[in-house]
Amino acid sequence: MIKFLLKGLMRDRSRSLLPVVVVTLGVMITVFMHAYLSGVLGESLEKTANFTEGHVRVETRAYADNFSQLPNDLALVGVDTLEKRLERLYPEYNWVQRIDFGGLLDVPDSSGNTKMQGTVMGKGIDLLQSDGEATRMELKKLLVKGRFPSKAGEILVSDELFEKLYLSLGDEVTLISSTMFGEMAMYNFTVAGSLHFGVNVLDRGMMIADIRDVKAALNMEDAAGTLLGFSKNKLYNDRQAVATKTDFNKRYESDEDKFAPVMSSLSDNGLMGFSYAFIKNMAGFIILVFIFAMSIVLWNAGLISGLRRYGEFGLRMAIGENKSEIYRSLIGEAALVGIIGTIFGSMLGLSASWLMQEYGINVGSMMNNSSLMISDTLRTQITPFTWFIGFIPGIFSTVIGAMLSGVGIYKRQTANLFKELQN
Amino acid sequence: MRFLTVKNFDKDKSTKFMDSKNNLIVDVNGLVKRFPIGFSGFFTALKGIDLTVSEGEFMGLVGPSGSGKTTFLNIIGTLDKPSEGRVNVLDKNAGTLTPRQAAQLRKEEMGFIFQSFNLLPVYTVFENVEFPLLLLNLSYGERKKRVMETLEWLGLTSKINSRPPQLSGGECQRVAIARAMVKRPKLVLADEPTANLDADNSHRILKTMVKLNEELKTCFIFATHDEKVISYLKRIVHLEDGRIVKDISSQKSELQ
Repeated sequence: MIKFLLKGLMRDRSRSLLPVVVVTLGVMITVFMHAYLSGVLGESLEKTANFTEGHVRVETRAYADNFSQLPNDLALVGVDTLEKRLERLYPEYNWVQRIDFGGLLDVPDSSGNTKMQGTVMGKGIDLLQSDGEATRMELKKLLVKGRFPSKAGEILVSDELFEKLYLSLGDEVTLISSTMFGEMAMYNFTVAGSLHFGVNVLDRGMMIADIRDVKAALNMEDAAGTLLGFSKNKLYNDRQAVATKTDFNKRYESDEDKFAPVMSSLSDNGLMGFSYAFIKNMAGFIILVFIFAMSIVLWNAGLISGLRRYGEFGLRMAIGENKSEIYRSLIGEAALVGIIGTIFGSMLGLSASWLMQEYGINVGSMMNNSSLMISDTLRTQITPFTWFIGFIPGIFSTVIGAMLSGVGIYKRQTANLFKELQN
Repeated sequence: MRFLTVKNFDKDKSTKFMDSKNNLIVDVNGLVKRFPIGFSGFFTALKGIDLTVSEGEFMGLVGPSGSGKTTFLNIIGTLDKPSEGRVNVLDKNAGTLTPRQAAQLRKEEMGFIFQSFNLLPVYTVFENVEFPLLLLNLSYGERKKRVMETLEWLGLTSKINSRPPQLSGGECQRVAIARAMVKRPKLVLADEPTANLDADNSHRILKTMVKLNEELKTCFIFATHDEKVISYLKRIVHLEDGRIVKDISSQKSELQ
């Protein structure tokens, strides 16, 4: 009987081809959307974590309250001791010091007068003693001109800033900023190279210097704006981060000093928290949307097919099939269509996702004024779940569609079969 | 069209049935069928029908539209239930059968022939005829044997791989007859089986059915008002306004 029904399914293209095409398209979009969101949001989350947030972040309470202003006057002091303590308490994280600062970059001419000036957003990281931070931020990959700093006083600037200020490699530039005590700070650096981040907000005016130079420039001896913790397995684990944060903050619960350290997790950051929750829940969301949308389409396709097959169902009832047998066979056919469509859809969706993962789509020209930390090359990311996500909407929607459209079988009066089948 | 003598028919089932009490296929006593109209009214389609039909009969329910032919055929075919009275079909009380039991009875013992053939267009002639046997869970070998035998009776062996849209109306109805006969039912119900056929094809189809009736002892019950069909019937039950007004038996046994 199954073979018989399969033959009918294969031969009647309106019952097989159309639903398979609908499922294939729906599943392909589901798979691609999942890979796209994983890629774009995941990369944005990862990039933000690596550049500014860390998986967990320690700062003073006052600094945390004014984080957006980069208030180095509220920075952590005794930071070397605190870093060692954190390494001891939470060895599952790599701990690094960071100083974020703002300022003006002054470019002198040959006689020492100002030739060009540009505002900069600066970052002090460990550039010289280990390559952990450079690797984390993939700085070497981003290098456009020059070389990576190899000695104190050397900096990297964004390529856009490099061009804007008409810089040359080896040029001396002066950072004009303020120390952590509010005094004016002026410090000379040498431009070693330029970087292209692919993130508009960074490309506009970024300078990266070794943290020891920044400490010297801003008079931040044994101080840092933040201490960032990065999970040693490189993957953000919200449960672990929240547990670490809770444990750490409990230790300073009784300290009412506004300069007492406080820890936050990546998901505590409003936008990051939303992004993280979104990424975590998007699979379910996408699946629900596609199950709903495809069920309606397939319900309609099922109704149309059901109308066409009205005579067949009537005949099958007349010659001795139960309504439940016919209904079950309808659902079986739908499940088969769902599986076939899902396999094709997943293959197409994965292929498209793989292409975009490998080659990406450059949307830099559309992001000129964007301040989001999003790469200018959009890439998908195929995760293990991407391989399977299509099966849920693909099979559920066909089965639900068939179940809805097949309800008519139960409503049908067998007493009317002779009359119905006359026409 | 060829007429073949039915040689290989397995008569076990018929013989078994002949041994059962009175050889009655249908036994109807005081059948009343009412249909609700609106919220409180009823329309009475059958008003106290008494009728018995024995094995091997070739009879027809004849009457004008609205006389209750199709309603009566529905009840005999266990597609509908009586409102009052007792209807025994093949020793089963049609009034008390569950839908599942009724489906089982139709599956095993009854064949249906419709005015508009109702063949499944995506299947071949062989597959259309094979379909009722699939419901009986017979082996492929047995199914093939029975289908081929039946198609041979009906002169359709050359059309075995054709699909319904490739057949003429007469051929389609012969396939429908083959589908009804392939499981060797004790009872075949046919509602206006020649209504969509021209005169020539109608006569051919009817001759085929007479032959099957005579050789296989299958009981045929028609609902019709077609004179061509009536001329072949061995028993004519006239219905008018839900009542039997005449029950005429003839001794026609020869092919016309």
